[in-house]
Amino acid sequence: MALIKEIDYGTPASASSDVVTLTIDGQQVTVPAGTSIMHAAMQMGTQIPKLCATDSLNSFGSCRLCLVEIEGRPGTPASCTTPVAPGITVRTQTPRLAQLRRGVMELYISDHPLDCLTCAANGDCELQDMAGAVGLREVRYGYGGANHFAAAKDVSNPYFQFDPAKCIVCSRCVRACEEVQGTFALTIDGRGFASKVAAGAAEPFFESECVSCGACVQACPTATLIEKSVVATGQPEHSIVTTCAYCGVGCTFKAEMRGEEVVRMVPWKDGRANHGHSCVKGRFAWGYAMHRERILTPMVREKTTDPWRVTTWQEAIGRVADEFRRIQRQYGRDAIGGITSSRCTNEETYLVQKLVRAGFGNNNVDTCARVCHSPTGYGLNATFGTSAGTQDFDSIEDTDVVMIVGANPTDAHPVFGSRMKRRLRAGARLIVIDPRRIDLVRSPHVEAQYHLPLRPGSNVAVLNAMAHVIVTEGLVNEAFVRERCDLASFGAWAEFIAEPRNGPAEAEKASGVPAQTIIDAARLYATGGNAAIYYGLGVTEHSQGTTTVMAIANLAMATGNIGRRGVGVNPLRGQNNVQGSCDMGSFPHEFTGYRHVGDDAVRASFEAAWGRTLEQEPGLRIPNMLDEAVGGRFKGLYVQGEDILQSDPDTHHVAAGLAAMECVVVQDLFLNETANYAHVFLPGSTFLERDGTFTNAERRIQRIRRVMAPRAGMADWEVTIEIARAMGLAMDYRDPSEIMDEIARLTPTFAGVSFAKLDALGSVQWPCNETVPEGTPIMHTERFVRGAGQFMLTEYQPTDERSTRRFPLLLTTGRILSQYNVGAQTRRTNNVLWHEEDRLEIHPADAEARGVRSGDWVRLSSRAGETTLRAQVTDRVAPGVVYTTFHHPMTQANVVTTEFSDWATNCPEYKVTAVQVTPSNGPTEWQTRYEEQARQSRRILAEAAD
Amino acid sequence: MSHDEKLDYMANQIGKFFAAQGEERAVPAIAEHLRKFWTPRMRATIVARLQSDAARLDPLPRRAVERLAAQGAAPDSATAAVP
Ligand code: SF4
Ligand code: SF4
Ligand code: SF4
Ligand code: FES
Repeated sequence: MALIKEIDYGTPASASSDVVTLTIDGQQVTVPAGTSIMHAAMQMGTQIPKLCATDSLNSFGSCRLCLVEIEGRPGTPASCTTPVAPGITVRTQTPRLAQLRRGVMELYISDHPLDCLTCAANGDCELQDMAGAVGLREVRYGYGGANHFAAAKDVSNPYFQFDPAKCIVCSRCVRACEEVQGTFALTIDGRGFASKVAAGAAEPFFESECVSCGACVQACPTATLIEKSVVATGQPEHSIVTTCAYCGVGCTFKAEMRGEEVVRMVPWKDGRANHGHSCVKGRFAWGYAMHRERILTPMVREKTTDPWRVTTWQEAIGRVADEFRRIQRQYGRDAIGGITSSRCTNEETYLVQKLVRAGFGNNNVDTCARVCHSPTGYGLNATFGTSAGTQDFDSIEDTDVVMIVGANPTDAHPVFGSRMKRRLRAGARLIVIDPRRIDLVRSPHVEAQYHLPLRPGSNVAVLNAMAHVIVTEGLVNEAFVRERCDLASFGAWAEFIAEPRNGPAEAEKASGVPAQTIIDAARLYATGGNAAIYYGLGVTEHSQGTTTVMAIANLAMATGNIGRRGVGVNPLRGQNNVQGSCDMGSFPHEFTGYRHVGDDAVRASFEAAWGRTLEQEPGLRIPNMLDEAVGGRFKGLYVQGEDILQSDPDTHHVAAGLAAMECVVVQDLFLNETANYAHVFLPGSTFLERDGTFTNAERRIQRIRRVMAPRAGMADWEVTIEIARAMGLAMDYRDPSEIMDEIARLTPTFAGVSFAKLDALGSVQWPCNETVPEGTPIMHTERFVRGAGQFMLTEYQPTDERSTRRFPLLLTTGRILSQYNVGAQTRRTNNVLWHEEDRLEIHPADAEARGVRSGDWVRLSSRAGETTLRAQVTDRVAPGVVYTTFHHPMTQANVVTTEFSDWATNCPEYKVTAVQVTPSNGPTEWQTRYEEQARQSRRILAEAAD
Repeated sequence: MSHDEKLDYMANQIGKFFAAQGEERAVPAIAEHLRKFWTPRMRATIVARLQSDAARLDPLPRRAVERLAAQGAAPDSATAAVP
C-alpha cells in the first residue's frame, strides 16, 4: 500500500461538449473548449509549475509561476488563466520561461523560513516541489530583507494551525473557503508586502466564522495551514480509501496512516458524493476511536444494579444465547427481538435481521430509522413505488429552484450544504419551509427568496396550500401527469386539493405563514424551471410525517419535477447508513429491498437460502417492543450500535420498557445510556476497524475499509455471527464481501452489487442489476417504479400535541454542525469545544416575558417530563417556538418529548412538543437521580477476566 | 394512555388519514394497513376491543376492525398494493 496522490490538474475541468485541438510541447492534445492550457498540459502528463492554482478552485493567476509561450502571441501568459484555442502551439519549457520562473521562486523563498528539514510539511510541500521543479539554486536577494518570519502562529483551532511565517499569500485558502465551503471566513488583509491571510475580522480562527471544514488546510500548498495531527505524528506513509461514518452525505476519505495509526483523514477527490470536500466531523472528529472510555472487552452482570464484570467473548456470547433461548422457552418465541443501527454497515444490518428472522424465529426487528425516516419509506413507496431519494447529489447542478422543507443542510449535511450554497450563489433560487431561520435563509451571498417560518406541526397545511395554488392557477404540468401518473388518482386529488379548506388562507391560520408568501412560493416552485425538494426530519418526525412525504411527492408529480436531472424528491438522511439499514430489511414487516414478509414468493426465497421456515406476520416496531415490555410480554433485546434511551422519545417510557426486560444486550463502542439497563455488553468496532459498505442518501453504495485491526478483537459482523452460531443458526461467511454476495442473490435491486464492482467503480447507486449494471443515478426516468405515479389525498390533521395554557410554547428539535446525533462519538472529540452543551433557543419576547436572559438556566417542562438547560435568546425562532439539540445525555431533551407518533409508521413526533419554560437554578430531580444511576450503572469490577 | 388505549388511538389516527378517500375505499385500506403493519397480537387486541370498548374507535376504523374480525384477523394477501 502506498500513499494515494491524486492528480492535480491545476484548474477545474470544463463541462463543454465542444472540443479544441492544440499542440503543447510538440504533442497534439484534444480537450473540451474552455479548458485551461495548464489543465490540458496535465492531461497529457506535463505538469507546468504552479503555486496559486489547484483544480478544486477557479484559476486566479497571481503567482506567475505557470507562464508559457504561445507561438504568435506576445509575452508569457499564465497557463492557468489562459484557455486553450484551436490550433495554437504552446511551449511550457524554454530558457526564457525557466529564468522567469526562477526569478519568481527566488522572491518567494527569500521571505520563507528555511527550516524545511524540521517542517511538518516536509515531503508534502508544493513550494519545496516547485523550488525543485524550476531548478532554484540560489537566492540572490539573501534572507536578510524584510520578512514575516516572526509572525505568531494561530493554534486556536483544535485540529489545525496557521503559521503565517510560511504563508506565500497565494490565497488558495481564501478561495477554498469561498468557493468550496461557502463560508467566506478568510480574507487577504492589507496590500503588497503587508498582505496577509486573516480569519474573520482578524480574529483567531476559532473565534471567527470558520466552521473547521478543512478545505483551506487541504488547499494550502505550504505548511502554513496544517493539521496538528501531522505536526504531532509526521507524514503518513500509506493511505486507504474509506467512507465517513457520520452523516448521510457519505463523504469518502483517504485514511492516511502510519502503520495502524491514523495521521489524518483527507477527503478523496474521486469521491462521488463529496468530490474532495469534507466537514469538521468526518475530517477531524475521528479521535473517539482511540478514546480512553472505549470498552474493549465483553462484560456481563446479573442485575442492572450490579457493577459490570469483565469477561471473555465466549462467556458473553454464551450468556446471550442461553438467556435468549431461556426467555423464549419461558415467555414464547416472540418475547425477544433485535434493533439494527444506521451506523452499522449494510452487511452487519443484514446479519442482525437474519439473526432475528431465522435465529429468533420472529420478525421483531426494527431500526433506528423508525425514529427518523420511516415515513419516507411509506410515503414514497405509496406514491412512486420505492423508498428512496430520486436523485444523485450532482443533480443539483441543474436545479433552478431549491426547496428545503424541515432540514438544515449546512449543519446536518454540511458537504451537501456547501454544494447547495455554491449552486445558489450561481443563481438558483431558494424556498425554505422551516420554523427556524436556518443559516441558508441568509448567509454570505445566499438569500432565500421565500422563508415560510411555519408553526411546528403545520407542514401538511402549507404544502397542501401550495398544491392548491398550483392546481387552481392552472400551473399543473398536464403533459407529465397524463403520461406518467395514475389519472384517476390525479383527478381525485386535484378535486380534493382545490377545495377552499386546502387554500392559502386556511393554511395561514394553521401555520402563521402569510397566504401571499405561500402563493408566491408555490408559483416559484411550479414555474421557476427545474425545481428540487430536499427534506429532512422536520418533515418526517410528526404525527403527519407520512402525509407530509406524500404531499411533497404530489407536488413534484403535479409540476413534472421528477424523473430527470435537476429536479426530484430528496430525503436528507441523518446518519450515514439510514438508507442502507432500511434497504437491508431492518423493518419488522419487510425483507431486503422493501418486500413484505407476507409475500409468499419472496419469503420462500429467503427460506430456501437460510434453511428455516420464516414467520409471515409482521413483528414489533421499537415503540411496540417497549409497550410489550412494560406489559410483561417482551423480555430480551439485542441492540447493535444504537442508544435508544437517549435517542427515542419519552425517555421515562423507554427506561420503563428496558427495565422490565430480563436480558438487554448492548453492542457499542461506549457504555451508552441504554447500557445502563443492559445485562450484557459487547464491545463494538469503529468504522476504521472493519470492512463493509454504507449506502448514503443518494442510494450510493460505498466501501468502508479496515485500516486497523478491531481493537476489541472482533468486528461487529463477526459478533452477530457468533451469537447466531451459539443459537444454532449457522452463518458461514469468511468476510463481509460474502455477505454482500448473499444480499445480491436475494435482492433484485442489489443483484449487480459486489465488493469487486465497488472496488472497480468506486461506488454504485442502486438499483444495480442486469439492466443497469453500473447503477441508477436518477430514478423514475421512464416510468415510476410502481408504474404510474400515484397521487395521495393528504388531509391536514392538526396534531393532538397542542400548546395550552400550562404548556404555551412549542418545542422543536434539531442538530448542530459539530455534533452528531446523541453525540457518543463527537462528544469524545475536540468538537465539544464548539458545543459544550445543548441550549434552548427562545425568542426575545418569550424570554422577556419569563425574565430569562441568554446563559440562564431554564426548566423545560412538558406533560411527559422536565429537564433543565441553558437558554439562548435569539430571533432565529419565531415567538411561541423554542428549539434545542439532543447531543448531550445530561440534557435528556427526550425526557420532555411525548409518545405521539406518525400515524403510518409510529415515527415519533419529536418536532412538536407543547412545553413551558421557566427560570431555574439547577438540574431537575430526574437529572440528579439519573446522573447518579448512570454513574452506579457504569461501575466495572476491578479484577479482569483471564 | 394504557397499552390498549394506545392501540385505539393509533387505529383512529390511521382512520383519519384514509377518511379523505371516502368510506368505501377507506375501510378496506385501514384494514389492509393493520394487516400489513400490526403484529397478530396487536390485531387480536384491537378486535377484542370491539366487545369491550368499541366506542373508543371512530366509525371508519371500527368498521375496518370489524372486517378484520370477520376475516379472523389473519392476513389474506400481504402482497396487495400499498394503500
Ligand atoms: S476550515 Fe473551512 S470554514 Fe474554516 S477557514 Fe478553512 S475553509 Fe473556511
Ligand atoms: S495560508 Fe496557505 S493557502 Fe493561504 S495564502 Fe498562505 S500559503 Fe496560500
Ligand atoms: S459528517 Fe457528513 S458531510 Fe461531514 S464529512 Fe462525514 S459524510 Fe461528509
Ligand atoms: S499557477 Fe498560474 S498564476 Fe499561479
